[in-house]
Amino acid sequence: MELKDKQISFKEWWRQFAASSSFPRWIITLFFVLVCALAIAQGLQLPKLLSDTVVRFGMNVILVLAMVPAIQSGIGPNFGLPLGVIAGLVGTLVSFEMGLVGLEGLIMANVISLPISIIVGIVFGMMLNRVKGSEMIVSTYTGFAIVSLMSIFWIFMPFKHPEMVWPLGRGLRNVVSLEGIYSKILSDMWSIKIFSEKATGKLIFLFDKTEAYTKANFDSTLYVDIFAIPVFLLIIIALMCFALWLFMQSKVGITMKASGDNPRFAAASGINVDRSRIIGTTLSTVLAGIGITIFSQSYGFIQLYQAPLNAAFPAVAAILIGGASAKSAKISHVLIGTFLFNGLLVISLPALNAMLPEGNLSEVLRLIVQNGVILYALTKIGGES
Amino acid sequence: MEQIAVKPNGEKLTLKMRFREWFIENIVMIIFLSICIAGIIIADQPAYFLITQLLERISRNTFLVLALIIPVVAGMGLNFSIIIGAMAGQIAVIIAKNFNIGGLPGITLVMVLCVPLSILFGIMIGRLLNKTRGQEMIASMIVGFFANGLYQFLFLFLVGLVIPIANKDILLQSGIGLRNSVDMAGVIQANADGLTTDGLKYAIDGIWKMRIFNMVFFYGIMMLAFNSIMLLRKQIVSKIAIKSGSVLSLILEPAEPKADRAYRIRLIGYGILTAVAFAIHYLGMGSTELKMISTIKFPMVTGLLIALLALFNVVIQKTKLGQDFRSVGQDQHVSKVSGIDVDKVRVIAITLSTILAAWGQVIMLQNVGVLNTFGSHMQIGMFSVAALLVGGASVTRATNAQAFIGVILFHTLFIVSPTAGKTLFGDPQIGEFFRAFVAYGVIGLSLGLYAWKRAMGKAT
Repeated sequence: MELKDKQISFKEWWRQFAASSSFPRWIITLFFVLVCALAIAQGLQLPKLLSDTVVRFGMNVILVLAMVPAIQSGIGPNFGLPLGVIAGLVGTLVSFEMGLVGLEGLIMANVISLPISIIVGIVFGMMLNRVKGSEMIVSTYTGFAIVSLMSIFWIFMPFKHPEMVWPLGRGLRNVVSLEGIYSKILSDMWSIKIFSEKATGKLIFLFDKTEAYTKANFDSTLYVDIFAIPVFLLIIIALMCFALWLFMQSKVGITMKASGDNPRFAAASGINVDRSRIIGTTLSTVLAGIGITIFSQSYGFIQLYQAPLNAAFPAVAAILIGGASAKSAKISHVLIGTFLFNGLLVISLPALNAMLPEGNLSEVLRLIVQNGVILYALTKIGGES
Repeated sequence: MEQIAVKPNGEKLTLKMRFREWFIENIVMIIFLSICIAGIIIADQPAYFLITQLLERISRNTFLVLALIIPVVAGMGLNFSIIIGAMAGQIAVIIAKNFNIGGLPGITLVMVLCVPLSILFGIMIGRLLNKTRGQEMIASMIVGFFANGLYQFLFLFLVGLVIPIANKDILLQSGIGLRNSVDMAGVIQANADGLTTDGLKYAIDGIWKMRIFNMVFFYGIMMLAFNSIMLLRKQIVSKIAIKSGSVLSLILEPAEPKADRAYRIRLIGYGILTAVAFAIHYLGMGSTELKMISTIKFPMVTGLLIALLALFNVVIQKTKLGQDFRSVGQDQHVSKVSGIDVDKVRVIAITLSTILAAWGQVIMLQNVGVLNTFGSHMQIGMFSVAALLVGGASVTRATNAQAFIGVILFHTLFIVSPTAGKTLFGDPQIGEFFRAFVAYGVIGLSLGLYAWKRAMGKAT
């Protein structure tokens, strides 16, 4: 009898667990641990893979952070992320055209993109207020349409910089290299890198050295790249998270969260829900704009044309993996989710490819995990007929 | 919730008001028509080229667009998950290819195999969409992406590794995973229209082709006969005393009773059409260009399948199941209270759509002749939905006529836009980006307008 009770309670526990929004986090953690074990079993360098994960985390985390104000203000995961991304790209390109390099160039890119993303965010927010209840599908297709429209503009925009436009023909290149402009400017600053000499096994610690320097001095035939951490980038990320957290504690932040949590109650207590939603959307768009500049400096390239088309889906998946739902999100969800999702992808790539060299199993895994997690979150919204 | 405009009795609508209403209702279609006409003028391609291309695309894509109608009626919106149906069709093609069965037996096998696969997938999608009520469209889009991951896993890794493949030609050299493109063409010709006994290419299109004006002539005669019957239907029904409720009476009973005048006008129209087609095809009248155009052939069996599906879409809405679709589409709560198993009806609607999409994809593939293993299915969801919306459909209302108009307009734009882009800006790529923008934009705009209307309805 007692045993039966226990079984039922376990079932009940499992049912509740499987229905909670932290369920994907534990499933992906399990996957992550399995993939790590697989990597160790195959003799891959786990510290190197983990440090690669940190690099990828730094690249993507601001784009994921952009989901927080959107979800908290009640518009749900921002599938219109490409709009902010494009604002950021415009800023990046203008700063590039002006011939600015280094930190100056990166800051200028953000200074230029900021007013653009604010305007885009406000207009987008006003639009989303008209389509309450269908924000996700409408913003997805708005994003798609704008990306295609901008593809036409990339051909027509009067940019002249020889590194940006096609040497023959017209328009911007598909991929513009940031080499010598501000590629890895934040990632290399104050970075800690560890190499080991193959012959002796001696460890060499480096601080604040650029990638060009390490490439020139640490030949991969003689040295093994063990670990690298972009310290300054992580500090910037921490500061941005802190700033967003501070904003959430402010009066505007609290009213925004209140209108997201329960729009009717918020409206009844005199909060302007529509205004809160516009603030949330705008903040999300601005963060997306900043996020893409950080992504580009880390990646070393600006990707144009169809590249931003699917920018939203990995970011949405990451925050959901972190434990967020379509209705509530915290900054901790961003950090955990981005780390787990990118870790899974970074480590599974060599680990799975060593097993099955044909095709890209890691990419297939990404498709299944990314969309599976979004689907799971969607089943938590609807249900009542 | 679309409301049929019911005017109070006695109120006469002026022609101007009716025109305005019609104009607002069809604004998307009218804008699109203008873009198409401008595109045709700018691109300035020979009519022969345009018509050949257009007819090919109509025969290739209409079935898929018609597959979207039932879920719309059932209130589930635009079914972006038809790409899963397309995957089922492609799996069936791969199976037939594996056993090297081509020609008519091959295509029959493929069509039959589509059914169990689609039923399985459709039930799963339907259950999922029952859990994402109110967000069906984004869910159906994401479930398509998700299924694409599983599909890739199946055809990149399981095939050859776990699932044995007899036909090594479709495998990659390593023996694991399918090739990116699988050739469906056969070698042994069965007739002059491209039908082979060992390949799947043109296995439906090639069965029977007819020159277009001859086809128009026979179509005109059929429509003349049909409209005459409709005009005299009261006499016929009373003469032969058809049991009410039988299939024949379902077909004969118009959805909205039209005045006899409408049938008379149609009789005149089809009469002219028939006469013109007769003059061109049989008497050889017209300019040299027209004579050239009259050599274009249309795949009759494909056309027949499309017509049958259009008929199916009409007839099913008059059955008990179809009534359930409609009432669930109008109000789920009321339907539930009145004893309809809402969840089941929705699953059936999606399953039907999935089966039809699988067949539609097979019809498309046998025309293209090459299966792009990992790409053929990916864009049909977006393209089919965009085509339907261009024809004037909305999230809650879609008809066969809108599907036909939509396919014609949407694909006209597809044919003319690269050339128009090249003439206007010296760059065909601009035309390609433009048509992608239009496709996405039409979907975004339609969904946005619908959501706006719904939000305003809730607010008042």
